[in-house]
Amino acid sequence: MQAFNTFTGIVCPLDRANVDTDAIIPKQFLKSIKRTGFGPNLFDEWRYLDHGEPGQDCSQRPLNPDFALNDPRYQGAQILLARENFGCGSSREHAPWALADYGFRVIIAPSFADIFYNNCFKNGLLPIVLDAETVDALFGKAGGREALEITVDLAAQTLTLADGTVIPFDVDPFRKQCLLEGLDDIGLTLRHTDDIKAYEARRRREAPWLFQER
Amino acid sequence: MCGKTLYDKLWAEHVVRTDEDGTALLYIDRHLVHEVTSPQAFEGLRLAGRRPWRPHAALAMPDHNVPTVNREQGIEDPISRLQVETLDENCRTFDIPEFSMTDPRQGIVHVVGPEEGATLPGMTVVCGDSHTSTHGAFGALAFGIGTSEVEHVLATQCLIQKKSKNMRVRVEGKAGTGVTAKDIALAIIGEIGTAGGTGYVIEFAGEAIRDLSMEGRMTLCNMTIEAGARAGLVAVDDKTLEYVRGRPFAPREDLWEQAVAAWRELHSDADAVFDREVVLDAAAIVPQVTWGTSPEMVAPVTGRVPDPSAEPIEVKAEGMRRALAYMGLEAGTPITEIAVDKVFIGSCTNSRIEDLRAAAAVIKGRRKADNVRQVLVVPGSGLVRRQAEAEGLDRIFIDAGFEWREPGCSMCLAMNADRLEPGERCASTSNRNFEGRQGPGGRTHLVSPEMAAAAAIAGHFVDVRAF
Repeated sequence: MQAFNTFTGIVCPLDRANVDTDAIIPKQFLKSIKRTGFGPNLFDEWRYLDHGEPGQDCSQRPLNPDFALNDPRYQGAQILLARENFGCGSSREHAPWALADYGFRVIIAPSFADIFYNNCFKNGLLPIVLDAETVDALFGKAGGREALEITVDLAAQTLTLADGTVIPFDVDPFRKQCLLEGLDDIGLTLRHTDDIKAYEARRRREAPWLFQER
Repeated sequence: MCGKTLYDKLWAEHVVRTDEDGTALLYIDRHLVHEVTSPQAFEGLRLAGRRPWRPHAALAMPDHNVPTVNREQGIEDPISRLQVETLDENCRTFDIPEFSMTDPRQGIVHVVGPEEGATLPGMTVVCGDSHTSTHGAFGALAFGIGTSEVEHVLATQCLIQKKSKNMRVRVEGKAGTGVTAKDIALAIIGEIGTAGGTGYVIEFAGEAIRDLSMEGRMTLCNMTIEAGARAGLVAVDDKTLEYVRGRPFAPREDLWEQAVAAWRELHSDADAVFDREVVLDAAAIVPQVTWGTSPEMVAPVTGRVPDPSAEPIEVKAEGMRRALAYMGLEAGTPITEIAVDKVFIGSCTNSRIEDLRAAAAVIKGRRKADNVRQVLVVPGSGLVRRQAEAEGLDRIFIDAGFEWREPGCSMCLAMNADRLEPGERCASTSNRNFEGRQGPGGRTHLVSPEMAAAAAIAGHFVDVRAF
């Protein structure tokens, strides 16, 4: 996983609550056996006016001019501003893959669904929870004539707006470290191979029915 | 010192190690695998030169992409076919037990796991699928994971986790006739909202929960994720043990006795403290129908489509207006005046034998309404299908003009050929009414199997209690 560095990016506001992972990446694109290439189909049903299928050349498809991602102000956005319960529903990791593949690196919302939130960290995406009032204020600023730019500093845990406003945010220390260093979870866990083997040996004695081979 | 909740006990039994900040390594007893969320995980193993830690702790089967007709002819869609073939190939390469598409035991992974006894009380069960919460019905800690975590479990048999908070939802008293586990689940979601359970594991308790069959408890725990909680739990009792006894993967003889002694402890202590407690009166719950595009947008069948202008929170009101526009509904319309074009009876929520029996009982000797274009009945597994046929349920469905299909996820998420056309309205026993979930532009109303079957006969929603 690539390390997460400080960056300054444009904010794209997506003003809907309960955005589910079916909306983030519809089911027909889940048939891919790859991890990449989902970006052009991010928010497919809202973003395009026609029906999307895998393997299409999306550059030729009619865009929905009313959808935020297609707004000229938000081209190249790296920060997605969202509402409550973002990423609810299906556990599909294709959702963070699509967001990352499109170019998003940070998602700001008052709350996230649990599995989606967890999946983001595995893919170099930083989900930031801010209180609803602050998110409301950001929506106000992001909807202006000029796109809102924010500097994201994960090490310092701050968002800095162009006007100098600094907004601190919380992040789990373990997940922060993994993002900053681009650490591979599996590699970390395999450092504890002896602990896993000791646990298994104990459980084989205590609960042998869990280790039946059929 | 206060007692432990069931979740506390399950958590403590599976912790391999804990870091100072509370990050734990949690051991996984059973890993269910399907074709959609696993190919990239196996590819990751391959690229890193890793082998599965304990391949026989996994059980794999294709379910999302499989056709529900003419299966012997294979899968027509080449992309779907490749995904299913990739699962077969990965299971062979990595020595993972698999029920392939033509195996009589194949079905929806959350139906087959319990049916085979691959889900046991006290286990940790994971799958790259949010509806893994289903297995909590057995007093197992079961939750959905992403593909990176699928790879992590394959490689290490563990997951990096932080403990959730404890919530208990007590449904006290007796549920009325015609009020099912699905209605209880939707009523709970209507009460606490689709994010109400975020950050919690929910234990369901109370008389109405104890009264549920294992199938009903699976339906309820299945829908826990729609309330935002990753996992739902029901304490082990005699019903749990009777269900598990004798299943192919279940322990036998001395090992069975030893397991039962341990499983009897799988309940919250009387003095356990929960971070949040919600109480519902079962007698007040009536059959539920969702009217919007989120499972929390739900109303009793006796009610009406709500009016967004009465909603004080603007973001919510806007969400309601958008949902009504998508669903093609007017505020104030009585639920029973909503006509349906299609009916879907199936999914990991409601495709078990008890669900099919209940649907068949409602429609026996009747025929679907003329305005209903198609009624799909999709059993959850090959064994459910076989059992239903042995009981003659297939005849009842076919005589009513319903289509009797082969097992799979089917029109719950429409990854195979079963789907709604734009604008079509469906009474569905599945779990999600999101925009486009059952097909682009499709309009989904979530209901119980009884309510779906009755809607198919009447052509619109009806109160099954008076049907």
